[in-house]
Amino acid sequence: MRVRAQMSMLFHLDKCIGCHTCSVACKNTWTDREGAEYMWWNNVETRPGTGYPTGWEDQDHYQGGWRRDEKGRLRLTLHSKAQGLGRLFFNPAMPELDDYYEPFTFQYGDLFSAPPSDQQPTARPISMVTGDEMEIASGPNWDDDLGGSDVYARNDPSLEGLHPEVQEQMQEIERVVFNYLPRICNHCLNPSCVAACPSGAIYKRAEDGIVLVNENKCRAWRMCVAACPYKKVYYNWSTGKSEKCILCFPRMETGQAPACAHSCVGRIRYMGVLLYDQDRITDAAAAPDDELLTAQLDAILDPWDPEVVLAAECAGIDSGWVDAARRSPAWKFVKEWGLALPLHPEFRTVAMMFYIPPLSPVVSTIERGLTRLDLSSGDVDFELFDALEKARLPVEYLANLFSNGDVEVIKKVLRKMLAVRIYKRRQSVDGTIDDATLALLDSADTNPEEVEDIYRLTTLPSIEERFVLPPYHRETSIEQLDDPLSHKGEVGAGFLQPPRRGA
Amino acid sequence: MSLLLFVVLPYVATALALVVSIIRWRRDPFSVSAVSSQLLEGRKLFWGSVSFHWGITIILIGHLAALVIPGGVELWNGSPARLYLLEATGLALAAWTLFGLGVLIYRRLTSARVRAITTPMDLVVLAVILVQVVTGIWIAVGYRWGSFWGTSVFVPYIRSLLVLQPRPELVEPLPFVLQAHVVSFFVFLVIFPFSRLVHIVTVPLGYLTRPWQKVVRLNREPYVYHPGSDEPLERIG
Repeated sequence: MRVRAQMSMLFHLDKCIGCHTCSVACKNTWTDREGAEYMWWNNVETRPGTGYPTGWEDQDHYQGGWRRDEKGRLRLTLHSKAQGLGRLFFNPAMPELDDYYEPFTFQYGDLFSAPPSDQQPTARPISMVTGDEMEIASGPNWDDDLGGSDVYARNDPSLEGLHPEVQEQMQEIERVVFNYLPRICNHCLNPSCVAACPSGAIYKRAEDGIVLVNENKCRAWRMCVAACPYKKVYYNWSTGKSEKCILCFPRMETGQAPACAHSCVGRIRYMGVLLYDQDRITDAAAAPDDELLTAQLDAILDPWDPEVVLAAECAGIDSGWVDAARRSPAWKFVKEWGLALPLHPEFRTVAMMFYIPPLSPVVSTIERGLTRLDLSSGDVDFELFDALEKARLPVEYLANLFSNGDVEVIKKVLRKMLAVRIYKRRQSVDGTIDDATLALLDSADTNPEEVEDIYRLTTLPSIEERFVLPPYHRETSIEQLDDPLSHKGEVGAGFLQPPRRGA
Repeated sequence: MSLLLFVVLPYVATALALVVSIIRWRRDPFSVSAVSSQLLEGRKLFWGSVSFHWGITIILIGHLAALVIPGGVELWNGSPARLYLLEATGLALAAWTLFGLGVLIYRRLTSARVRAITTPMDLVVLAVILVQVVTGIWIAVGYRWGSFWGTSVFVPYIRSLLVLQPRPELVEPLPFVLQAHVVSFFVFLVIFPFSRLVHIVTVPLGYLTRPWQKVVRLNREPYVYHPGSDEPLERIG
């Protein structure tokens, strides 16, 4: 057993209101630069939809992630090592700027400098690449709230396998349904960007699992962009270097949550440590399709287990990290309560950001001007608990996103979330808990104490409960490279060399 | 003049290429990059980049082979059929390279997005390589069987430079085009460390042997714990 720690973010999709505050916080902090305008290290997508870049989940097209060959071995989808070198001059699977969008701004100056005229002056859109006037053809959220859903939502690859009738229903105006999917880099345990980089410029930090690009080593072979199945490595066209989400490590090292999580108005995001066994990564990534999810969750270790604690100490993990792992909301939601799942486990990168799937209303129909629920009156009280197939957001769809198509996994999660809701409603509206509700809790594999804990962490957590950040002890890391005493009193800010494009 | 072009220039160019590249590599590694523009334009790049890079790489290896093992090349050319084969292959590769280079130049001048990130040095690089390729093809067509006579003209000259006993008299009497091919190579060496050409020496052959994953740790892992075994603690730090 070789323990490593991973900083993991958790997204409670039931709470996401799709306001894009996270995206803007990230953009203002990190990607408001030439060459990076089109990058959204954090983006929020409307689901169903094709996302950003358009159709990123279609790995037949983009060749991201890993696949399991007939003999059960793990293969990088993009290339073998020799193929990788052969494609240095042109990488056929790499997305182009138009797969994202051409970044634009407006000539605001024209509003002030326009000569007197009968018409209002206009600020025309110009490209942020060429500076020429342009027609805006798309943007990072072109299909926000199902805009243009005939084109975008209809082509969502995760709708595959859904009954055509269900797909038709999702398009009907009374039944139309969507949810939001915020995405950052998943800081995977088996990252395909790292594996695809010919220069060896990308690496995973052992102490917190953050995957970073060493831009001094990046030589613009751009294999990482194609290899990442989540399309979360971006190529800066100005500097000629790849860039990606850094999980705001400068903030975390100083005890602050990442900018996206910190700014989240819906408070949907949680940060916490997960301990995992590095010896189990290969098994988790190469497991057969139906065991993929369990194998990944099995690699996460129990921070209360004395064996794990000892192994963590042996691996040089600070006791403060083990303590943080015990209080970690990620540990609670993912392992203790089993409510959170990774996005697209079938990509086999062993993603370490987790999602709590959203609940959705029950399907209703309109008859003679009246809205009617498609449930018998006896069932209405228990909502969808026994009729999850009538949820407006089909469980098959959620299963395609979070459990490699396994509907039972999703149903289990949704039932538990519904149990919490029904229990708390009984408690606060009726004032008592009847036997039927207790039996319902039992069938959802939970109990009143756990329900109270889930309720508390879901609805009422303080900032310290949402973001359980471990002590980084950067002073000990710096000691490995520099004598701290000789640098005492120095200010560490600023670039020694500006990151200029190589001629 | 010939002393300047065929003795001073080669040494200055080589010294610059070596010294400046090393300084750039160590002082400003961020600037060392192939600065690909595939993100901005892909279709023309496919036709241009693939043709040009493979063509020029194979031709370069051919030139190096002549320099390192001229005897082998002479032996190969002992039979006219093999000489024809070598010359025809070389000319075809050169045509392929020229086609690719043409597409790249066209792309750089016509694609608005690519033009937006084009530096003056990018154009200098393209111009120098164009002179190289065109003079090379000119020689192949106008002064036939270069792989045959080259081993007794160019190879001794380059070797004389390498052993620090330069013999400019070997190339002085040659026609202008042949001299231009030689001099433009030295110009290529001069601009090498100051341009994107440095990416040539970053070809990541190490990728073939490195493990897929890369984990960096600052603090060494002192022990590994094997639960359940007789000696559960293995010291590795």
